[in-house]
Amino acid sequence: MARVLLFGLLADVAGWREADIPGETLAALRAELGKDEDLGQALARPGVQVAVDRVIVRGEAALTAASEVAFMPPMSGG
Amino acid sequence: MTVVLQVEPFEPGALLGRFCHGRLETGAVASFTGLARADEGATDILELEAYPGLTDAEIARIAGDAAERFGLQDWLVVHRIGKIAPGEAIVFVATAAGHRREAFEACDYLMDYLKSRAPFWKKSHGPDGVRWIEPTDRDRTDVERWETP
Repeated sequence: MARVLLFGLLADVAGWREADIPGETLAALRAELGKDEDLGQALARPGVQVAVDRVIVRGEAALTAASEVAFMPPMSGG
Repeated sequence: MTVVLQVEPFEPGALLGRFCHGRLETGAVASFTGLARADEGATDILELEAYPGLTDAEIARIAGDAAERFGLQDWLVVHRIGKIAPGEAIVFVATAAGHRREAFEACDYLMDYLKSRAPFWKKSHGPDGVRWIEPTDRDRTDVERWETP
């Protein structure tokens, strides 16, 4: 289980911004989120980054119930 | 060495004045102000989303890298979040150094990284509906020029 946050376009695609989602790893979380096909496709797009507990991670990460996992589409500031 | 994320509009001139105040050993201050564009009527409002706790930390990390690379004495980044009307300032960056070249280059570097590497998401609201703005090819090549050895 992890607290999942969606940013930007991803939140619009999913229709939510924040939810508790079951999953012990990022891969399990992605599989769960991918049950919503549109969200699964949006998460698989190039340039989508992941942060666990507010640290950007590449690859896999172990999660706990207290983990905050953010999925972030390409960034655009300034 | 300060990052500010704020919903309220800001006055860039006032920020620059305060940033320059009381500096006896700073030969150069460079600044950049980014304004929201109307895009010839296509944008009524820009909406900026950030991830508090990550966005400010990433900006501080990027600015720390710039400070080390260019030998900055000080820097300031102020970035709006929430809804921004065309003509209002979105971002203000100021850099302080002993000499002008370092201040100019660090300011340029900071803006290139803020455009495509800082956690912000930008949405345009206009007469044709809502559109997410993603970094352009130019934004990507602008930041890559600092990364080639």
